[in-house]
This record gives sequence, C-alpha cells and structure tokens, in this order.
Amino acid sequence: MRYAFTALAAASVLASPAQASLAERIDGIFASSTGWFVNLIFANLPGTGVPWIVGWLVIGAVVFTLYFGFIQFRAFGHALQIVRGKYSDPKDAGEVSPFQALTAALSGTVGLGNIAGVAVAVSIGGAGATFWMILAGLLGMASKFTECTLGVKYRNEYPDGTVSGGPMYYIKKGFAERGLPLGGFMAVMFSIFCVLGSLGGGNMFQANQAASQVSSVLGVPTWITGLVLSGIVFLVIVGGIKSIARVTEKVVPFMGGGYFIVGMAILILNWDMIGWAFSEIIRGAFTDSGIVGGMVGAIIQGFRRAAFSNEAGIGSAAIAHSAVRTKEPISEGFVSLLEPFIDTVIICTMTALVIIITQQLLIDANTGMYILGENGRIANVEGVGAGVPLTSAAFGSAFGWAPYALSLAVFLFAFSTMITWSYYGVKAWTYMFGEGEAKELVFKLIFCFFIFVGAVTSLDAVIDFSDAALFSMAIFNIIALYFLMPIVKRELNSYLLRLKSGQIKAFK
Amino acid sequence: MPETYLIAFDGSDASERALTFGAERARASGARLLLAHVLEWSPYSFLSAEEVAERHKRRTEEVGRAETVILDPVRKKLAGQGLSVETVVRYGHVAEVLCDLATEYGATQIIVGRTGEKGLQARLFGSVAGTLAQAAPVPCTIVP
Repeated sequence: MRYAFTALAAASVLASPAQASLAERIDGIFASSTGWFVNLIFANLPGTGVPWIVGWLVIGAVVFTLYFGFIQFRAFGHALQIVRGKYSDPKDAGEVSPFQALTAALSGTVGLGNIAGVAVAVSIGGAGATFWMILAGLLGMASKFTECTLGVKYRNEYPDGTVSGGPMYYIKKGFAERGLPLGGFMAVMFSIFCVLGSLGGGNMFQANQAASQVSSVLGVPTWITGLVLSGIVFLVIVGGIKSIARVTEKVVPFMGGGYFIVGMAILILNWDMIGWAFSEIIRGAFTDSGIVGGMVGAIIQGFRRAAFSNEAGIGSAAIAHSAVRTKEPISEGFVSLLEPFIDTVIICTMTALVIIITQQLLIDANTGMYILGENGRIANVEGVGAGVPLTSAAFGSAFGWAPYALSLAVFLFAFSTMITWSYYGVKAWTYMFGEGEAKELVFKLIFCFFIFVGAVTSLDAVIDFSDAALFSMAIFNIIALYFLMPIVKRELNSYLLRLKSGQIKAFK
Repeated sequence: MPETYLIAFDGSDASERALTFGAERARASGARLLLAHVLEWSPYSFLSAEEVAERHKRRTEEVGRAETVILDPVRKKLAGQGLSVETVVRYGHVAEVLCDLATEYGATQIIVGRTGEKGLQARLFGSVAGTLAQAAPVPCTIVP
C-alpha cells in the first residue's frame, strides 16, 4: 500500500517552506538510517518480482491450511454458529460474546486497506488481481485460526480479572513448554516490531491517509485533521473518554455494512455486467491482460493486497482475541477465521468489483489489453491517482454523493484502526517494560504525538519503515506458529471429538 | 411446596412498589421471594479491543455492586421480617431473562413495577411490563 500513496502523500503539501524543510530533513535522516531495513523486508525473491515477505505469509497460510486439513472450510459453518451465540452459555451473558470478539478484531483490519489498497492492487494488477486476492484471503483464514487459538491458550490472566495475550506470550510460554530455545528473544523481537508497527501502519499511515482524503475532498488543511484526530484519540486512550470509542465502535460496523450495501447496489444496477466482470477477473488471473509483469504481476498484487489487508499471520488479531474469556481456545480460533473472509473475500472483493464493473480501468477496444499510464499503472477514466481517489471515482460514477460518504468512512475507519492498534501497541509495550499505568501512559502519549506527525508530513521513509516493521511481526510470529502448530492440532482434535460426542453442547 | 414470587428489582421507585406489593402477598401466603436484578446486555453490541480486555473485570464489579448496593439491603430487611428471600443477578434482555428465570426457579408469579414510559421510545422498543404481559410463562402482575 505504501507505494501507492506516495502520490497522495505528495499532494498533502505542507503549509510553509520552513516546515517542509524540517519534514524533509526528518525524512532524510529516517531514510538513511532505516532504508536498509525497509529494503531487506520488501526485497524481492531472487529472480522474481515477488517481495519475499509476501511469499512468507502466503507459504505460511498454505502450510497451515494443509496441516489443519482445510479447517477454514470444515469449520466455517460451525464458526458462524458460534458467532450467532449457539454455543454460548446464557449464564455467561455479560462476558464478551463471540460476536463482540469478532467485531473488535475486525475494527483493526477493516479500514483503508479495503478501500484504498484494493484500488491500488487492481490499478497495477488489473481485474485478475482480484482472483488471487480472494485465494490468498481464503488461505489466510488458516493462519488466523492458528494464531488466535494460541493467543487464548497462552495468555496471562491477572488477579483483577484482566488478561494480556498475543504472540509475545505464546512465543515465550509455548517455546518454554516445548523445551525450545530462543522463545524469550523472539517474543521481545516481536514486541519491538509490534510497537513500531502500531506507531506506523496502525497510526501514521492511517492518519496520513485520512488527512489527505479530508483535505482533497473538503479542503481542510492536514494539520487541522491531524490535531483533531490526535486530540480525539488522546481523549479516548489517555482521558478514558470511552463514550467516543463506544460511538465509533457502533458507527464503524454500520459504515462497513453501508459500504457493502452501496457496493451491492452498484453491482445490482450493473447486473448485466457481472458476468463480464467475472470473466475479466478469470482472464486476468490466468493470462496476460497487458499489465506490467503479466499474469505474475496480477498474482503478486492480489497476494500482497490480501496479506497486507487481513493481517493473517502478522499476529495482531491474536492480541485482541486472547482477551476473551472462553473455556475453549479453539472456539476463539474458529471465530477468528471468519475475519480474513469478511475483510478480504467480501469487502476487498466488493471494492474490486465496483471498480471493474463501473469500468474505471481503460481497456484498449482493439486488443482487449489494459492501457498503461506512464507510471506503469493502468490508466483510469477520471485520470485520478490509485488508492482512495480511484475507489471514490468508481462509487461516484454511480452515486454522486458517494465520495462524501466515503470521506467520512475513511476518517472513521482510520480512527477505529488507530484505537485498536493503540491497544496492540500498549500490550507489546507492557510486555517489554512491565504492566503499569505510568508505563502505559508513556506509550499512549507517544502514540498521540505520532498521529499528528503522520497527518502533517509526507514522511515516506517513516511510513515505509513502519510498514516494514508491521510485516516484520510476521517473521517471528510465523516461525513460532510452525513450532507451536502441533499444540493447536491437539486442541483441535480434542475439541472436534468433544463436539461430536455432545460434550460441547449447543445452548440454543 | 411454597409458591415463589419472582420480583424484578433494580432499586427504582417502580421496583420498590412491586417489592412492597409482592412482600405483602408473600406474608399472607407464605410464598418465597426471588428478587432478580437484570442488567441490560446484548451480545451483539460492539466493544473496542480495550473494552473486550476489561469486560470480565467490569462484569465482576457490576455484579458485585448490584449485590451489595441494590439487593443485599432489601434482602436483609425482608429476611428480618421473617420472609424467605433469594436474590439473583443476570445479564441480558430484561423481559426475556425474567421469563427464563421464572421457568428456571419454578416461580408461580412474576411481579414487576410499571415505569409508565410513554411516547416514541416505548412505542419503538416496548416496555418490560408490556413484553412480560405478552410473553410471561406464568401469571404476571404489573404494579402501577
């Protein structure tokens, strides 16, 4: 997603030259000291154009899918029943329900990636990227299942009733249990990258995109948006003004639902084109449709979009899910496997279909190939940048008011993603420095500061670095998952046996 | 076996009236009293990640407060008057939980106070008393 927004970020030019030069200086310092790391993480596999980190996530997803015997399909129906509350003991009412766990974790992943990232993917990879994105989303469900089950199994429970969990806890405790070395080291490495990822992908990137969208549609200067966002987040996470978070947590799912409904409406209005859109997707997925890199280009874009959007294998959702009090770690894993499905297979696909079906991407009528712009991206009807503007144009072509609604959605999605990621950051921070209000406060203040920084600057290097940090979480997380997956398998077999025998019973 | 009167009690004026009414009848008939405090809760509401983590702690606090502040004082008072009183705290949709409790505890009667909600809110969401009148598994007395 980061490459895509370079253009957008550049558009959010700073107010004064003095500021600009300061931002440039910071940018420069950051770039020279972290560039090697970014290049390492996003380096391509030898002889291909595939960043190895994408391959790492996809291979992990394939391994977990095979190891657990396509659990994402076998348990899909059961997962829906759990979320509907069929297996919830009425006596546990008042505790977090499976539905609430699912939506809380989803609020961290459903966001700009679904709106902006997908637009980038199809504008580089064409319609065919959609096919590979869906496939990667389906595979990612197995990664999510594995990490969230472990998150619950190895969490810390405290006497006051609160819990802390996530990859850092299962890496340390799980490795110790299996007698494996380096658990403590890997847990700390994961935590470091989680803190950096929280400040970057979960914060500055979101703030930057929200500020530039608000600025381009409504003309509000980025520093105002930055200050407002930073202030609201401060009130919520430091001031404990839970009502704001509560309002957003209520509004955001409706925005997600509204986004889906408006998308569906556009598809229905163009129902005669749906067959064509799917044939375009299949054609682009398996043949050269004129994009840079041909069919392989489509695969890369689709895989990358899915991996970056649903965060499967990154370990973030395991932090949210581990906080749920449940007797069965596996049932939490089942609930979590719905997230990549909702995030990628449903919402991302919706964005892609709307862009394809409203024919935003220009196709040469004679050859049937995409027409490429100068930057290697497919040219679009409106001539707008990839990312939010392209999605905005696609929705706007059907409904004139859609771009404004989309601006609001972008702002709210960014906000809710920040709130969720601030929690992930706090958990990783307290894992390293110890639990305590004062220690949490230090991190939260840093977090709020970076919102402003992210909104007002076009610090490409900072965003590159933080994205790299986000995906570095996956390096340590997936290594750990390989070593710990036999434990998940044992839990899974026991659960399925007890479900069959009726020991785990339905209440409704 | 003595009868059991299930009384919805949340400390409000309306619930005080229901309690007074129920206690009088219980003294006359020798029935047991079951005081139920139901905290409105939907498993389909939305929580933030932090709220998810704190939920168990909060729930423990809420139940504790309901017991010590709302239910314990009246239980002691009524027990002092020689009545047999039991209390219960539950979460959920108030009317639905009261119906479930009536079945679970074999209550012979449900007694609730009427808050007298009028207007749009009552029309849209219905009232506890109204829902019970429609759905209660046992006779239901609504105390004005």
